[in-house]
Amino acid sequence: MAVWRPDPTFYPSPRIAMKAPPEKLAYVVRLNPNDDGRPDAMCVVDVDPTSSTYSKIVGVTEMPYTGGELHHFGWNACSSMLCPHTPHPHIERRYLVVPDIRSSHITILDTKENPTQPKVAKVIEPEELYERAYYARPHTVHCGPDGIYISALGTPDGDGPGGIFILDHDTFEVLGRWEIDRGDQYLHYDFWWHLGYDTMITSEWGTPRMVEHGVLGEELLAGKYGHRIHLWDLHRRRRVQALDLGNEQQMVLELRPAHDPTKAYGFVNSVVSLKDLSSSIWLWYRHNGEWKIQKVIEIPAEPAEEDQLPDILKPFKAVPPLVTDIDLSVDDRFLYVSCWGTGELRQYDVSNPFEPKLTGVLQIGGIVRRAGHPAVSGPLNGGPQMVEVSRDGRRVYFTNSLYLPWDAQFYPDGIRGWMVKVDVNPEGGMQFDPNFFVDFGDQRAHQIRLQGGDASSDSYCYA
Amino acid sequence: MPTDLWAWLSLAGLGLFHGLNPAMGWLFAVALGLQEQRLSAVLAALPPIVLGHTAAIALTALLIAALGIVIPTSILLTAMGAVLVLFTAWRIWRRFRHPRTRFRATKYELALWSFFMASAHGAGLMIAPLLVAILNSRSTALQASGHTAHAEVFTHSAGLALAAVLVHSGALYATMTTVAVIVYRELGLELLRRAWINVDLIWIAVLGLTGLLTLLLGLRGLV
Repeated sequence: MAVWRPDPTFYPSPRIAMKAPPEKLAYVVRLNPNDDGRPDAMCVVDVDPTSSTYSKIVGVTEMPYTGGELHHFGWNACSSMLCPHTPHPHIERRYLVVPDIRSSHITILDTKENPTQPKVAKVIEPEELYERAYYARPHTVHCGPDGIYISALGTPDGDGPGGIFILDHDTFEVLGRWEIDRGDQYLHYDFWWHLGYDTMITSEWGTPRMVEHGVLGEELLAGKYGHRIHLWDLHRRRRVQALDLGNEQQMVLELRPAHDPTKAYGFVNSVVSLKDLSSSIWLWYRHNGEWKIQKVIEIPAEPAEEDQLPDILKPFKAVPPLVTDIDLSVDDRFLYVSCWGTGELRQYDVSNPFEPKLTGVLQIGGIVRRAGHPAVSGPLNGGPQMVEVSRDGRRVYFTNSLYLPWDAQFYPDGIRGWMVKVDVNPEGGMQFDPNFFVDFGDQRAHQIRLQGGDASSDSYCYA
Repeated sequence: MPTDLWAWLSLAGLGLFHGLNPAMGWLFAVALGLQEQRLSAVLAALPPIVLGHTAAIALTALLIAALGIVIPTSILLTAMGAVLVLFTAWRIWRRFRHPRTRFRATKYELALWSFFMASAHGAGLMIAPLLVAILNSRSTALQASGHTAHAEVFTHSAGLALAAVLVHSGALYATMTTVAVIVYRELGLELLRRAWINVDLIWIAVLGLTGLLTLLLGLRGLV
């Protein structure tokens, strides 16, 4: 464990992290929708354009259990190890922490010895999580300055509250619940923080009962899914404020705070508005010591014929954009927005976070659109979903599956899994890399992590 | 030239060593300066950090001054050497958890953090043998002049111990200020990626060596 210098993938500030060398490998979770007893797996994709196996899956590590669904995952350690108040600079970034949103296993993969063939180093059984934290369905992973933070959708019996628990950096033991005083927070989804303001932010989706059998129409129309974000004192572990987007805004998911620790703002997406099926992006910000939130982007639904639509959308005669993931570049300049329903990836210049400017749109897949890709013939389905941006901001990768029970509702004819790459113009605008298309066939792909870190893996303590 | 000059210089040297360690506080001061985007925030963070460190060391120093009166030097050195060696072994054997605080720490929180950081690292233990050496050489002189009452000796020892702590902290403060200002204004943080060597390893080696030497000195006096 003892190393002499800090891990070379740790960067004190986002400005320095922007100069990181381009990634050569991407880690992508592959999930099996076929109920045939094959386990899910971590795939390693070659993203080095000079390599002969570019755009190919060069390694697969299967999970040592079946019956789960991989979703999000993260690193054991990242740039926050350099933080001055809890300095652990000589820990290595080498383990992927891979929670299972269905079975509640947490698998620790060691990528050090052979980065293309990660080895299972440990499996945390669901019972350990249940007993130590009374949480289940683990989701987002962030490497904190003082431990590995993981969110959970709810409790083992399928209800709330969902929340956050901590894993020990070194032993990967579940240390327990994070919250001391959660106020009336009940629903949970994503979390991240403003380290420079000792503030944690959490978002709301639904309890396991509300999401595991697909979206529940009645509860959705009644506004029962999450529509708030919560701000917490990161050190005292108490909620200090809740911001309500209004209960017509249903499912408030991905939190993307500014990477610059001196800036106190960030973006979050609302998946669907009950008023008009639009999706929206909201900006939370600090003003005179109070946190506030306002809508800064609204993306309307697109009208469609009933026979083009899955049952769940037929009554509405429209395709909602279903913005289900967003990602902010490390320099806090560009926000990428995945419209999983309409099949669009949008790029906004958010240099002024209050007034985003649309600078690029790419179309691929979509419930009605079924747009193709230069590397393959014919229409594609699924749509832009989990999106990841390289540290230098020049490349964007994304996959097309949302969550198996929901995939089935919105793409009932099944989804062909794929992963694509986009090249970004530094001044705005983007295009598909015509040589990069990873076909997952009848399997599906969800979150992507880039070797050495990416725009949603690391947080920084220095401006 | 006093015969214990080497001990005073070593105290200052350890102040330099502790001050250079980013985990002891100068880096915290730099980070707060960057957050506030002004040098004065760097400078304002340093006194509480040095104060916390000083308190941790002073605690050990006063304990030694008191023990020094009732326990013969050889036994004190032997015991101290044993404590140091055991502490080093514990630090190697046990995973080490840093004390934690909030990033935007108040002055009080900074001092408390620094106090625990120094204590947990064994900063006071590291200078303890030097204190014994200083107290020993000076009290021999005191006894020769016929002052032997406990209270009188303790006042004298405590004064000496505090002087020793001040020398250490003075060197610490000077080092931290110099490094923090140079990094904040000139070098920048790119430096951290290359120059932040694993000071904890050196630290443990210094602790262990000090312990062994102290133990040997003590044992030599005993036989």
